Amino acid sequence: MKKKRSKNFTAGAILTGVMLLFVLVGFFWTPYDPETMDKSVKLAGVSFAHPMGCDNFGRDILSRVLKGSGTTFLVAVGTVAIGTLCGTVLGAFTGYFGGIVDEVFMRINDALFAFPSILLGLVFISLLGSGKYNVIVALGIAFVPSFARIVRGEFIRCKNLDYVRSAKLAGAGDLRIMFVHILPNILTVLSSSVMIGFNNAVLAEAGMSYLGIGVQPPDASLGRMLSEAQTYLFSAPGYALFPGIVLILMVLGFSLLSEGLKE
Amino acid sequence: MLDVIDLNLEFHDHLVPETVVYDFDLHMEPGEIVGLVGESGSGKSMTALAIAGLLSRHDMQKRGKILFEGQDLLTCRRSELRSLQGDDIAMIFQEPMTSLNPVYRIGPQVEEALRIHSPGIDKEERKRRAIQMLADVDLEEPERVYDAYPHQLSGGMRQRVMIAAAMICGPKLLIADEPTTALDVTVQAQIVKLLKRINREKKTAILFISHDLSLIRQLCQRVVVMQGGRIVESGSIEEVYGSPRMEYTQKLIAAIPRCEKKYARRQSGKSAQSAKGGMQDGR
Repeated sequence: MKKKRSKNFTAGAILTGVMLLFVLVGFFWTPYDPETMDKSVKLAGVSFAHPMGCDNFGRDILSRVLKGSGTTFLVAVGTVAIGTLCGTVLGAFTGYFGGIVDEVFMRINDALFAFPSILLGLVFISLLGSGKYNVIVALGIAFVPSFARIVRGEFIRCKNLDYVRSAKLAGAGDLRIMFVHILPNILTVLSSSVMIGFNNAVLAEAGMSYLGIGVQPPDASLGRMLSEAQTYLFSAPGYALFPGIVLILMVLGFSLLSEGLKE
Repeated sequence: MLDVIDLNLEFHDHLVPETVVYDFDLHMEPGEIVGLVGESGSGKSMTALAIAGLLSRHDMQKRGKILFEGQDLLTCRRSELRSLQGDDIAMIFQEPMTSLNPVYRIGPQVEEALRIHSPGIDKEERKRRAIQMLADVDLEEPERVYDAYPHQLSGGMRQRVMIAAAMICGPKLLIADEPTTALDVTVQAQIVKLLKRINREKKTAILFISHDLSLIRQLCQRVVVMQGGRIVESGSIEEVYGSPRMEYTQKLIAAIPRCEKKYARRQSGKSAQSAKGGMQDGR
């Protein structure tokens, strides 16, 4: 009975796999140098030489999409990693121990939670300065509260279950109970929120780059390309279209995967 | 071995503090089986958790003394408490469905206390002891159970696994908090038999908590009756069951279903029903 995975999961896994492959290829090989400009093919349309056309500086869009999705992916992974790690530790301690520490942290959390994560990211960027790694740190910090909240809730649910009590009674220390006995039990919840977090991070990075405070030129990123493309929407629709499609597919793949995992 | 003196448990999570256990006293000798009875809400589980050292909530106050071999569990350091837990004091819970961690196989869970209290024992020896323990609690094919996940076992098997996990370090005191309530009657009888055998063979003292007086009568030498957080009566089985002094105990004992009566009632019910059926047929 168990062997039949849901269609969502299969579709998501395939799509994510393809996108990962795409990103991986982009790290090692691009048909052209993504930063070399060539006046003669400025805003060129789709052709065999340039399958996705060229941008306003005559740079090959396929190469830039390959490179840019890599950047976007890296930022998203970094963001989710920081958010999950800090959020899990924070949520585990506050949820497990409760008391005054819990109250203090959760009220701070609530305050942070009240702002959209993009806005928080903006605040941190303005403190840290822009650039790829600062975006990761800024978005990472902005993502901590939501993960902390989820993990805390799960820990509160689990900490009074009998198997946790019996582990405690076996003489296990608090850290062992938290991370060996409880954590594996909340992985399903955590993994689906990681997936959703990943999507949000992809979109947040694209959004911040679109606003011009994310990844800085000449680095390519999908959001940056979209923002540059909007002035050429009619003369070179492919410039906006292809990065957009790649972004959509990336997010869709992970959404389907997380839906599939939840089932 | 165990002396509980004037234990008071008080919750402060509401505006008005609420006391759930008043002046609880209990003395247990090594190897003794003591029953603790009372209706739900009478404070018996709270008392058990306190003795096991599992009540560490911020919003409650514990007064009195719980002396385990002379050491007060309420005031000792947490590390000292932890070195006793699992090694000298063990506990099994009411709900065998939730008392095993669903993500781990049975083996490591049975070994847990051993892993913590005797880190010197190597993996092979631990496994050997765990399988021996599983066999000791009358589980068939202990090797297969060792590698199984909790969801693959029945309720009775899980409760046996819990007993094996509790007994692995050879504790001096086993607290059984309604271990048979969630099981059906035949399995209940087997578990009670098992606890009796463990007590006889390993000289483990058992504090058996239940609301089932007939089970307590089968298993225990002494019984403590609780109502509304207070001890209303305590003494040997013969004393309490033979001539209960308190009205509450008398009521509890009167509430034990008796086989003959039930049988007779069913018989009379049957004849009434057949008479009714006959009337309907006649019409």
